[in-house]
Amino acid sequence: MITVDSLTKRYRGFTAVDDVSFVARPGRVTGFLGPNGAGKSTTMRIMVGLTDASSGSATVLGRPFGQLPNPGREVGVLLDASAQHAGRTGREILAIAQRTMGLPGSRVDEMLELVSLTERESERRVRNYSLGMRQRLGIATALIGDPEVLILDEPANGLDPAGIRWMRDLLRGYANKGGTVLLSSHLLHEIEVIADDLVMIGNGRIVAEGTKAELLHAAGTVVRTGAAAELAQALRNAGLVVTIAEDGALRTEAPADQVGEIALNSRIALTELRSSDNAGLEEMFLELTAETQREGAAA
Amino acid sequence: MSTLTQAAPATPAARETTYAPIPLSRIMRVELIKMFDTRSGFWLMASIGIAAVLATAATIIFAPESELDYEAFATAIGFPIAIILPIVGLLSVSSEWSQRTGLTTFTLLPNRSRVINAKLLVAVGVGVVSMFLAMAIGAVGNIVGTAIAGVDTTWNVSAKELSLIVLANVLGMLIGSMLGVVIRNSAGAIVGYFVYNALLPTLFMTLGNLQDWFHDLWPWVDFAYAQGALFEGDPSGQDWAHLAVTTTIWLVLPLVVGLFVIRKSEVK
Repeated sequence: MITVDSLTKRYRGFTAVDDVSFVARPGRVTGFLGPNGAGKSTTMRIMVGLTDASSGSATVLGRPFGQLPNPGREVGVLLDASAQHAGRTGREILAIAQRTMGLPGSRVDEMLELVSLTERESERRVRNYSLGMRQRLGIATALIGDPEVLILDEPANGLDPAGIRWMRDLLRGYANKGGTVLLSSHLLHEIEVIADDLVMIGNGRIVAEGTKAELLHAAGTVVRTGAAAELAQALRNAGLVVTIAEDGALRTEAPADQVGEIALNSRIALTELRSSDNAGLEEMFLELTAETQREGAAA
Repeated sequence: MSTLTQAAPATPAARETTYAPIPLSRIMRVELIKMFDTRSGFWLMASIGIAAVLATAATIIFAPESELDYEAFATAIGFPIAIILPIVGLLSVSSEWSQRTGLTTFTLLPNRSRVINAKLLVAVGVGVVSMFLAMAIGAVGNIVGTAIAGVDTTWNVSAKELSLIVLANVLGMLIGSMLGVVIRNSAGAIVGYFVYNALLPTLFMTLGNLQDWFHDLWPWVDFAYAQGALFEGDPSGQDWAHLAVTTTIWLVLPLVVGLFVIRKSEVK
């Protein structure tokens, strides 16, 4: 279980993470989705105590990360597979984690086998590893303490399709055994195949959150109004599930005629009412991505 | 605006954890391994060994027979160790940032002060052990060297002199580690190390010789000058005072500031 509560991180003149709250539950894979620079990595670094939050809090298994007595036994972390001493072998890197956590030496071989790094590859220095091999080594380091919670930043980067499938099966099995998995990605389709729950972030704010089924596959309605909060309340009063996008559009699984009727009864004027074509999340994601790309080009 | 989809479930009460905290001794052991298991660590150690052998050979070949004694060998071997070993201590800290291993280190051990303390303790230990090793090699060199030259073997370094040299070496290791803590970048810290050991002493010497007002102040600000007394074998009370003051200025204060910054800084 990971609980993020009103987390905010301000740097001089810009807010990287803006009032982010969500929960990653045990037994589920939570996908943390957003374009590059949206604040995913900063949020994850705050979770594991590498960066201080400006306000708000993040707890893992009910405690701030820094208060875990032996964090590697409870939380497996992979933030950047390339952040390893290039002059060490894969085996040496695993051995450091194994010794720090106080585990038996046999765990190193077990992990190497789990992530399919051969004996010979494990004796090579990380300088000579491909990104995919580094990711496997990073996942091995995260899993070596047999933790209950996994926090993985872009773990599929550099993996080939077979590798991505392997990781999907690994994380699925892990969650099925009751583990909590939070993984980030900037690729919607990558997350789509792995995650049960989705948290989408753009410009430091959460723009959508819910189960994958709700967000991706439910046919539903997109509705816009000048009084979004009131309409959302009215729809929820009617027992509907509602998501508010950053641009103010509401999405719900209910059909358009029902939404229109509720709006009429609540005397709320609509500016747009249409059936969504299952692609709401993707559209939203593309908008976000396009926005950051424009900013990137202008800079 | 965040979601309206699901209300966050109540946070469960903090769970009892059965895992024992990581003892300092274990962190120290891991840090000792990390100091020497990299390629740079290995070659620094190897270069010390090579330099020690070359220094011993040079002493046997070039030192006049009258000066072929234990002091000559111990000095020749201790010198490369005293220069190179602090760089091992320095890299042990700075590489956590330059090689970005800190991302793993500080997530496995969120209390960064404990990690740095373990590194400093290990640096002190390595400083002591390596000096005893140098003395042992020097003793062998002395026996073999004098046998080759056909002169009497003289043991002319007292226990007091030895312990002063060990102290100087420990200070050197701590200076290296401190520079790693303060600069947190391997290349920058190594430059800093040469500024400390070569540039600053030269600067102070020039200033001390050219400016009368600085001459009396000199021993109170020049760390290398103050450390020099340790190698003379019999420091006076004033020499100790010089050493205490310069150690505070050049080692303790920057270390305290560096440790404070490390606790707050962001690890990326």
